[in-house]
Amino acid sequence: MESELAEVEDTGRIEGQTALRAVHRYPEVARDLALARRLSPDGALARRLERIYARLHHSLYRPATNLRADVKTLFRREIPEIVHELRHRILVVAAGFALAMAAGWWMVDTHPGLVGLFASQEMIEDVQSGELWTDGLLNVMPSSVLSARIFTNNILVSLTVFCLGAVYGLGTIYIIATNGLFIGGAFAFTARHDLAAGLAEFVVAHGFVELSIIAIAGAAGFSLGEAIARPGHRTRAAAFQRAASRGAKLMFVCCLFLVGAGLIEGYVSPNPDVPLPLRLAIGIAYWIVLMLVLGAFGPLRTTSNAGGSNAIRNKP
Amino acid sequence: MHAIDDLYVPSITGVDLQLRIASLGGRSYAFVIDWHIRTVAALAWYMASASIVYQELVVPKPDATFYFVVVAPTTAIYFLYHLVLEVATGRTPGKRIAGVRIVSVDGQPPGVGALAIRNVLRILDSLLFYSVGLISVLVTRQSVRIGDIAAGTLLVYDDDPKTDTGRFNEQAVARLGLERAELAHELLDRWKALEPERRQALARKLLDDGSERSDYALHEALKELVR
Repeated sequence: MESELAEVEDTGRIEGQTALRAVHRYPEVARDLALARRLSPDGALARRLERIYARLHHSLYRPATNLRADVKTLFRREIPEIVHELRHRILVVAAGFALAMAAGWWMVDTHPGLVGLFASQEMIEDVQSGELWTDGLLNVMPSSVLSARIFTNNILVSLTVFCLGAVYGLGTIYIIATNGLFIGGAFAFTARHDLAAGLAEFVVAHGFVELSIIAIAGAAGFSLGEAIARPGHRTRAAAFQRAASRGAKLMFVCCLFLVGAGLIEGYVSPNPDVPLPLRLAIGIAYWIVLMLVLGAFGPLRTTSNAGGSNAIRNKP
Repeated sequence: MHAIDDLYVPSITGVDLQLRIASLGGRSYAFVIDWHIRTVAALAWYMASASIVYQELVVPKPDATFYFVVVAPTTAIYFLYHLVLEVATGRTPGKRIAGVRIVSVDGQPPGVGALAIRNVLRILDSLLFYSVGLISVLVTRQSVRIGDIAAGTLLVYDDDPKTDTGRFNEQAVARLGLERAELAHELLDRWKALEPERRQALARKLLDDGSERSDYALHEALKELVR
């Protein structure tokens, strides 16, 4: 039996005859285990039977997996449903992000010396000499390396925004606020040196998607914090687990888009040969694709119906 | 700090599956082994690849090859070690050595999604040199870190008794009773490791024999008892 179990565990498959034998052996092992537990609970035989029983149980109770169906369900139903549930938080985070950007702009515009809080000395000197730190980026490193570094960093930041939400949302607020202040401050500082248009031209192809994902990650992070602070009718652990599971699914999709955004930021954004209209078209088109995948435009296909019905209903 | 409960998983047979939840010790042991393995593996990759491609460890002018052949795999080994090995083989070498494995709260092996969540939440657990995870393990009843709570997983001991229970003789077990038969087998297994006086005393007790038999004779009598 144990060799058959090992084969099942290795391959993840259970054939007809093996399955039947396992089904028959399961209650037999259970009976022997019950006896062994009573007669010699800490003995070697009881421990051995515990192990065989656990392996049989896992093999028989293993849920069926269908990767293609799971992926389809994720994109067609779960993600739109999660986004729908988080829509108010996403809007709140986006508004907070915009507010932080405005604050960053105001701070640097009113007190230019404060730019030192957000930007390195090298970046400040570049701008003061009439150049953006993004100019000639491709002379420093090739697009492939630039893309890989950017999307790795962006994925890490987004996941951190999501995870730190568990600290009652405070970690998320901190990262969203500092990023907003930096972007607002950078635009204000470049505007003082007539370089804001150039910075906007650099950002426009990848920025829509990246900034949207930051807001989505923040909302998912807040849902973690809210699950702990205000779990509703669930236990805290159950609410936290649900928020983490749903948030992680959303972050998985967002990370895929961040890879694309990184490639755009590495290949398109620093390339001076790409005209502004094309950058704008890429930025908007990619953002629309993101919104379509997140189900932001379409009716909600819900999975919450009992029995996993395929019924489609429109949310009010 | 709580006493750690076992995990009981209900079964249709009426006999619950009973899994021993790993304590801070088991978790820490596995973590320390894994940390050393992944650190050494990442460093080894860095040093080997940099030495082979550039013939030096510090590359003054890094190019694309440096990032994709040296830096990216080094980073991936260090940060994706747990996720890749847990998804591919069920557990990391550290967990295998420490005798623990990950299960979901219903006792099943966790899916890819749960493993991904517990590893993403490592960002939170690893704050302040893993203090957050450590405190979580100390204060939760099932000794779980935040990533485990989020993923609905926990670590259990993977009991793998060394005693070959297949050699248990049915008639001997019926004659002696299971507990006595197990004791006899265990004593035989550990015979050489025990002090002669101690093993002889235990053997006499099991054999219910007060005679002055030699060490060898007692050993043979024990073997005969369980045959």
